[in-house]
Amino acid sequence: MKFLKDIVENLDPKFEKGGKWEKFAPIYETLATFPFTPKHVTTKGAHIRDGVDLKRTMMTVIIALIPALLFGMYNTGHWHYELLAITNPAEYGTYIDFWTGFGDKLLFGFLKVLPLLIVSYGVGLGVEFIFAMIRGHALHEGFLVTGMLIPLIVPADVPLWMVGVAVAFAVLIGKEVFGGTGMNIVNIALTARAFLFFAYPTKMSGDKVWKSGTNDIIAANGGEIPDGVSGATPLGDLASFVGENPVVNGEDLKGLVGDHSALLDKFEAAYTPMDSFLGFIPGSIGETSMIAILIGAGILLFTGVGSWRIMFSFFLGGYLFGGLMNLIGVNAYMDLPPWYHLILGGFAFGAVFMATDPVTAAQTKWGKFWYGFLGGIFALVIRVLNPAYPEGVMLAILFMNVCAPLIDHYVVQVNIARRKKRFKTA
Amino acid sequence: MSKTIKLKKGLDIKLIGEADKVTVDAKPSKEIAIKPTDFPGLTPKVILKPGEKVKRGETLFFDKQNEKVRYVSPVSGTLKEIVRGAKRRILSVIVTLDGKDDVEQFEPVDPNSLSRDEVRELMLKSGHWPFIRQRPLDKVANPDITPKAIFISGFDSAPLAADLDYIARHQGEFFQKGIDALAKLTDGKVNLVLNKFYSPDEAIKSAKNCVINYIAGKHPAGNVGTQIHHFDPIDKGQFVFTVKVQDVIAIGKFFANGSFDSTRIVALTGSEAKNRKYYRTILGTDVSAIINDNLVQDNVRIISGNALTGENVGNDGHLGFYDTQITVLPEGNQYKFFLTEGWLGLGFDKFSSHRLFPTWLMQNKKYRLDTNLNGEERGFVVTGEMDKVMPFDILPMQLIKAIMVEDIEAMENLGIYEVAPEDFALCEYVCTSKVNIQEKIREGLEVIERETM
Repeated sequence: MKFLKDIVENLDPKFEKGGKWEKFAPIYETLATFPFTPKHVTTKGAHIRDGVDLKRTMMTVIIALIPALLFGMYNTGHWHYELLAITNPAEYGTYIDFWTGFGDKLLFGFLKVLPLLIVSYGVGLGVEFIFAMIRGHALHEGFLVTGMLIPLIVPADVPLWMVGVAVAFAVLIGKEVFGGTGMNIVNIALTARAFLFFAYPTKMSGDKVWKSGTNDIIAANGGEIPDGVSGATPLGDLASFVGENPVVNGEDLKGLVGDHSALLDKFEAAYTPMDSFLGFIPGSIGETSMIAILIGAGILLFTGVGSWRIMFSFFLGGYLFGGLMNLIGVNAYMDLPPWYHLILGGFAFGAVFMATDPVTAAQTKWGKFWYGFLGGIFALVIRVLNPAYPEGVMLAILFMNVCAPLIDHYVVQVNIARRKKRFKTA
Repeated sequence: MSKTIKLKKGLDIKLIGEADKVTVDAKPSKEIAIKPTDFPGLTPKVILKPGEKVKRGETLFFDKQNEKVRYVSPVSGTLKEIVRGAKRRILSVIVTLDGKDDVEQFEPVDPNSLSRDEVRELMLKSGHWPFIRQRPLDKVANPDITPKAIFISGFDSAPLAADLDYIARHQGEFFQKGIDALAKLTDGKVNLVLNKFYSPDEAIKSAKNCVINYIAGKHPAGNVGTQIHHFDPIDKGQFVFTVKVQDVIAIGKFFANGSFDSTRIVALTGSEAKNRKYYRTILGTDVSAIINDNLVQDNVRIISGNALTGENVGNDGHLGFYDTQITVLPEGNQYKFFLTEGWLGLGFDKFSSHRLFPTWLMQNKKYRLDTNLNGEERGFVVTGEMDKVMPFDILPMQLIKAIMVEDIEAMENLGIYEVAPEDFALCEYVCTSKVNIQEKIREGLEVIERETM
């Protein structure tokens, strides 16, 4: 590393104030502070400081996301070949099994997800660098995690340019206008997701984007979805239970309207609890596998980077509200067992990686608990009571982001009241 | 009735370099400095000119805002220099020792026989008042105030702190006289707070005329702010005075002998110091009298005080007014490759309160920490980390943010009257975003003083 250090030592003066390339100092600093912790020493206050910094913290989150990323790649490949297995059974018939064609599926998924990662990081870091130069400071680390999260919460077939536009919007409007890392009100990755959802609804919902290649197959079949093929996600199917035309995995179940347990049996047969838990279901790239998410959660909880209060209470809120809806049970969706909600769609991913974003979550101990609890409840409220949005987690967390300061306000008021009381009784 | 408080929160930063319990004489000091910067909010008016003679205990300068409060020379000598900084602010007043010992002599007197006003006048006149600090605001006490209590912390829990028991040994008589004098100043009690898990020296333990309370826990258990918060919290409009153990002894000696006692015992600590012992020296001495020949290497930072709250005085600096410790740490002004000793390394060489480092695996390991910031300043991102080291019923992050936006009402509600910068030193230590929090707290106190007091 000596030679690298020499390069940095030699370049330093050129980027210092008055140096030749002073203007580009923010970019240089960003690049130089990755291979080397800078020379900065304490000037005020405590002379020694904890070893931790934002880079290490953010890197931990990225590491925690890797299982979800890898599984997401494979899962993307699998559902692509699942479509082929149905439409072209002669060649790909065996690929309907999850683990058959491992190499093909992984390669396909890798090639599908990598461009998303590149676009997400490329556009996001581009915007961040521009602002870093305007503000004259090195790049702040917040986007390192955001850039990784965005590809994991979009459908595989989302057009790259849309992702680019969404990332630019999210970083610009979601974050930089508020002052950059640490200052934003709502989660950046979810802002990007929400932007996609509301700006391009036809591309981002319905059942043509979840399995990579659905559109090609429809086009090849003369504009009709071929028999036996379904592009829907479990949540999309569940949302259909509320109306008059329940569908599971492409199968029309009009005859079963009103028979809650029959509908749920059909659903459970199509997306077994085990498959849902392991992640063998279609959905956004990184959200399907509970196993991968739990590994990530384990890393976040062990290192203390993610708040256990938020994660726990988010699941608790979802579970309890799911149970409450079981009691009401006016449609089949309401009768879905509450634990089922937690392993479907983005619930777990949102609870572990999105709701725990410390900047946008509540900041007080009890605030975190209420924030997670209400977040879990709202996720289910939106899912079940408003079938126009099959996935409620995104909107629930965004809503709670906005409410977090209010929650904290009340927690702080309790603290203030308790502190005042000491003097009254004493 | 003595009380015991157990703290759950806090952090003991384990550093290499405690001082051995051996006391030796430091080299004779050449000069001393009284630094107005040790007294927040002080505007000094120097009444001597460079070259003029000054006796031990003779006034060097007084406080322009409260002319009764005098700061005296701890030695007999010649005023050498008035060092000024930006805007001609006086940074330090330096006196060269003349080898004689001309003294400003007072009548020795038993403080118990005096009235409150007499004790106060005597301490003001003799230059002992600056040893008394007040909360709120964490500055030299306003002599026009009668505090509701006086707090003396009987131990120091800061990293590598000097053992106050050891320093006070055999000085019980003076310690008691000091307490007697201080007891005159308050309508309430003198509170002496001791470490529950440590049997203190007879000199401290046998103190009378005061309430002895016990506290147990990690740093900042020994901070007087923590103790006040738990035993007798400060509401708006209330005042508490605080004095350090060695200064109580100095006050006691004054009442016993009638002259300003400037001997101090100072611990030399830190991984980059050798001959780490207790040195007998004088108040405000040039640190070279102690560190001379005792450095392991050259690239070091010499701190008067402890590693969390002390002042970087450099090789030519002087001991701070209230300090009983010199800490010598390695400077961290080197690049560190990220995978070995940098931000993504295994981190066996870093002491961290976060589980991101293996510190928690090695409970008894001691560390050689340098002065590297270990990162760069950022906006606040991580939440909850400060609460873990803050044994106050105060929300640290919220208070700091209230200070940053100068929201006075929020500051008052969140506890600004109870805190001093040193109480937030650990918050500053653990802060992932490397914000200089002690500085923020001081700014908050200045705003509060300007706007509400």
